[in-house]
Amino acid sequence: MLYREAGQFKSTYAQDQQIFPILQDRIGMAVLLVIAFVAVPLFGDQYWLSAILTPFLVLALATLGLNILTGYAGQLSLGTAAFMAVGAFMAYNAMLRIPHMPILGAFAIGGLCAAAVGLVFGLPSLRIKGLYLAVATLACQFFVLWAINRIGWFSNHSSSGVITAQRMEILGYPIDTPAAKYLLTLSVVAVMALAAKNLMRSETGHAFMAVRDMDVAASVIGIPMMKTKLLAFAISSFYCGVAGAMYAFCYLGTVEPEAFVLDLSFRVLFMMIIGGAGSILGSFLGAGFITLFPIFLNLASKSLENALGIELSHALVSNTEAVIFGALIIFFLIVEPYGLARLWQIGKEKLRLWPFPH
Amino acid sequence: MNFFIEVFVGGLLAGVMYSLVALGFVIIFKASGVFNFAQGSLVFFAALTFVSLLERGWNIWLALAVTLVAMVVLGMLIERTVLRPLVNQPPITLLMATIGLTFVLEGVSQLMWGSQPHGLELGIPDVPIEWLSDKWNINVSQFDLFAAFVAGVLVAVLAVLTQKTRIGRALRAVADDHQAALAVGIPLQHIWAIVWAVAGFVALVAGLMWGVRNGVQYALTFTALKALPVLILGGFESIAGAIVGGLIIGASEKLAEVYLGPYVGGGIESWFAYVVALLFLLVRPEGLFGEKIIDRV
Repeated sequence: MLYREAGQFKSTYAQDQQIFPILQDRIGMAVLLVIAFVAVPLFGDQYWLSAILTPFLVLALATLGLNILTGYAGQLSLGTAAFMAVGAFMAYNAMLRIPHMPILGAFAIGGLCAAAVGLVFGLPSLRIKGLYLAVATLACQFFVLWAINRIGWFSNHSSSGVITAQRMEILGYPIDTPAAKYLLTLSVVAVMALAAKNLMRSETGHAFMAVRDMDVAASVIGIPMMKTKLLAFAISSFYCGVAGAMYAFCYLGTVEPEAFVLDLSFRVLFMMIIGGAGSILGSFLGAGFITLFPIFLNLASKSLENALGIELSHALVSNTEAVIFGALIIFFLIVEPYGLARLWQIGKEKLRLWPFPH
Repeated sequence: MNFFIEVFVGGLLAGVMYSLVALGFVIIFKASGVFNFAQGSLVFFAALTFVSLLERGWNIWLALAVTLVAMVVLGMLIERTVLRPLVNQPPITLLMATIGLTFVLEGVSQLMWGSQPHGLELGIPDVPIEWLSDKWNINVSQFDLFAAFVAGVLVAVLAVLTQKTRIGRALRAVADDHQAALAVGIPLQHIWAIVWAVAGFVALVAGLMWGVRNGVQYALTFTALKALPVLILGGFESIAGAIVGGLIIGASEKLAEVYLGPYVGGGIESWFAYVVALLFLLVRPEGLFGEKIIDRV
């Protein structure tokens, strides 16, 4: 009843090709943006803003980056956290070494440096494919973290290895409250998600997908393999780099190599798979699910403790959480291998007909 | 020169240890095309179960037998619950499922046996062989030699199993082509269950060796990461590749650590193996012994 597109006629190509061709989608998106930009910072409490929503947005951006590379261009990568680390450390160094560096500029520099690293580690993709490439990208993960740990320049020769991120400021407004950090993250993520959405509708995006679906066929119809694959690596790493910079500056408040270990790469990969490979919306759904799920488990175990009136040992709880988390991932893959985005799509199809069965 | 030989031999023998883990990957990948990231957790699970049974005063052979049975059952259970519903999914989905499986396995094994590290003794001391160090001044660990011997026996057993038995022929047929194997009446799912059981057995062997070397602790799960470069170097489908790859990686890694490490600040073993493997891959993109990939549209 509500979600019906009957009567919405398109009379120009521009109308036909817009991002949200259905009126209800446009309204829904606008409402969502208003809630995210206005209602949440006004009414959300500190804990939610700083510990859940900000990391969710940052990780959604990283997932988006990985999605461009793996979901759209089909190049499996396990080095996401390394690109994020490059972004974080280069943003830190940009702030440190360039006087009057605006914070957004530092993020961009972090992203560009990550893109450069991505280009270098993308080179093997011209020759290596599939799972071999995935393992090869692990080289990037380990090498980058090693270099950051070993070369003092990155951490400004700090002895502890944990550096406090610089104060952020935009046009004189200090960004130091959770709400301000959240808004900054949200703005960057929103702009970059829009850019990604448009990129995937463009010729470049279609070239990515052609390479993913069958690279030999793509090269036969004249898609330049080298340019396309390297571009995918560069753009994806740029997204990951910016996400890494924001992970350090807006969420952790510190810049440290330990934040970007292999586990993070896997988590981002999980987010992409659970959300749906090859879907912008899926990046957000997956990131939301993986960020919220451990918190939900934690709450559940807390309430279980209260209900039973006993103290469960920490090891027991964390191990059980790991088991449930892993089992749920497997369950999800079995039930819906195309991810949450696919569920959303099915839901929309159903909603179109509702309340009639056909 | 003696020192060089010592480092080289030590590297080769360390490489054998990597091969032990890599073998488990290869067996599963060959037969089902699943890149089993959970192999490291299987190794951990096996070692932890075995050592915990020992510490409860079990006889060593009984503990071994029970652990073996547990691994075989576990392997079949994984096949039944995780992989069978995922037949025909893209490789990345299967990979993710096995990563999910690592969480489950690590959680379960620590729930069952606790998370504190254990020492493990098999009766072969991890000390240099005396006459070698007396005569040539070369230190080669006795235990490393033992591990190499075990790996040799394991490969021989696997070779006999895959080349000479009825099951082995079925295994190779399935590895070659799932559909053709099904068409000639080979029960695919039995074969997969067997493959996972064998992988569980290999994990047990690897777990024992690594357990003696580094103690049975959570870090054992990272042996999988050590085995990955071995795997891409040797090729995902080749048992011989796993061994040769292990030897190359082990030797070059140790040599690089000793001769190259001091110039770049040390600690290069975390990534050097991957770079070696990458260089090999640039020449042969499917690994040294992997099946040639033929692109068709």
